[in-house]
Amino acid sequence: MQMSPIIISMKTASAAVALTFLLGLFAARWIVKIKSEKAKMVLDGILTMPLVLPPTVIGFFLLLIFGVNRPVGKFLLGFLGVRIVFSWTATVIAAVVISFPLMYRSARGAFEQVDQNLIMAARTLRMSEKRIFWRIIMPLALPGVTAGGILAFARGLGEFGATAMIAGNIENRTRTLPLAIYSEVAAGDMQTASYYVIVVLVISFVVVVLTNYFTMKERKYLK
Amino acid sequence: MRKRMILFLSMCCLVFSLVGCSSNTTSSNTANTQTKQSTITVAAAASLKNCMDDKLIPLFEKEHPNVKVDATYASSGNLQTQIESGANVDVFISAAMTQMNALDAKGLIVKDSIVQLLQNKIVLIVPAKSTKGISSFTDILKADKIAIGDPASVPAGQYAKEAFTNLKIWDQVSAKASLGTDVTQVLNWVAEGSADAGVVYATDASSNDKVKVVAEAPAGSVSKIIYPVGIVKATKNEDAAKTFEEFLKSDEALKVFESYGFAANK
Repeated sequence: MQMSPIIISMKTASAAVALTFLLGLFAARWIVKIKSEKAKMVLDGILTMPLVLPPTVIGFFLLLIFGVNRPVGKFLLGFLGVRIVFSWTATVIAAVVISFPLMYRSARGAFEQVDQNLIMAARTLRMSEKRIFWRIIMPLALPGVTAGGILAFARGLGEFGATAMIAGNIENRTRTLPLAIYSEVAAGDMQTASYYVIVVLVISFVVVVLTNYFTMKERKYLK
Repeated sequence: MRKRMILFLSMCCLVFSLVGCSSNTTSSNTANTQTKQSTITVAAAASLKNCMDDKLIPLFEKEHPNVKVDATYASSGNLQTQIESGANVDVFISAAMTQMNALDAKGLIVKDSIVQLLQNKIVLIVPAKSTKGISSFTDILKADKIAIGDPASVPAGQYAKEAFTNLKIWDQVSAKASLGTDVTQVLNWVAEGSADAGVVYATDASSNDKVKVVAEAPAGSVSKIIYPVGIVKATKNEDAAKTFEEFLKSDEALKVFESYGFAANK
């Protein structure tokens, strides 16, 4: 067993969750604020799509955007000399897109469960909306938001389909744990594959337990 | 009235479905006769997908209307693992002897059913619009990203590794190489421009006009590339599987293979 897939996966999932966390929070806040129910439904649908689409479809779209013969990819390569496909950045992009809906939906749920009376009360005391968000909504929604972040981390760690399409399978660079497992099984090396599987099992289990811990906290508060 | 109509219709449906069942059972009772409808599953190396799906399977099914062929394509190493774990496969066509021999050694292939069917070549490909000036196998070091099959499981990758090892540049190549899980993935990576160069079979290269072939493996750098076919021992349709294997050996089938860039191994 090599350490590099484990290190690459942890690095990818950590970088991805940092981005997803912020993006998901902003998206959730934005959606919650929208008044029109119809617009909300459509936008929510679009933001949730990556959760229900096969990762290979996401990979297809990412290739359409970042492929070196495609507009964005061509621009990045020609003007900035940055090549997204087959780079470590590509593993992060794939993980962010795939894990985004988990973060967004958890955060949205947590925001919507915050007691509206508290927000109203703050308004009567002339607290600014920004302050209300950071001092009242966020602290109350924190357990749900944290649970979402942890789930997003786990999903990013397990990302395979879109990653294989846009980041390739370069040892020591883009070969993440799921790709390493696939390659080892294809090579008939079940022994090595099983070590990687154990690593994934342990991380995933810890993640699920942590998520439960935070949602439990949230429920206690609600009672 | 309307309710009665619905009742009548649903009774009809029920009767028809029962009739359907009974006719099925009679046909399976008369098994072993030539008229029996059977399905065989063929597991073939990814490089065979086009010629099998487009020509050979339709041709075979036309000649043998009582046999239906389901095909699955992946890297030979993957298929080997699947067959070892008991996948429901009747005929296996590998892109290298290694996988076939490994299965044979484990007693998973019908004795004496292995035939060295075809020959293929490996070539160096670049994206059709490439400007890297890559024109030979040693030029591949000019590429930033290289696509090859995973040598641990993809025969095309094993041959590529062999060629580069003989040219004494394998270490440099492998540092830049993205290892595809089958040869089709390698082809698509190069066609999409994600990789600057790749090594695939001559037959794959001719199937995609977004790539161009710049070189064949230098003489003597690669061993002969043989595609063997064998019947999997766990088959429940050995007769149909044998018929299919015979069909693949026929001049008619070999002509089709040749039109896709393979050479008959005689």
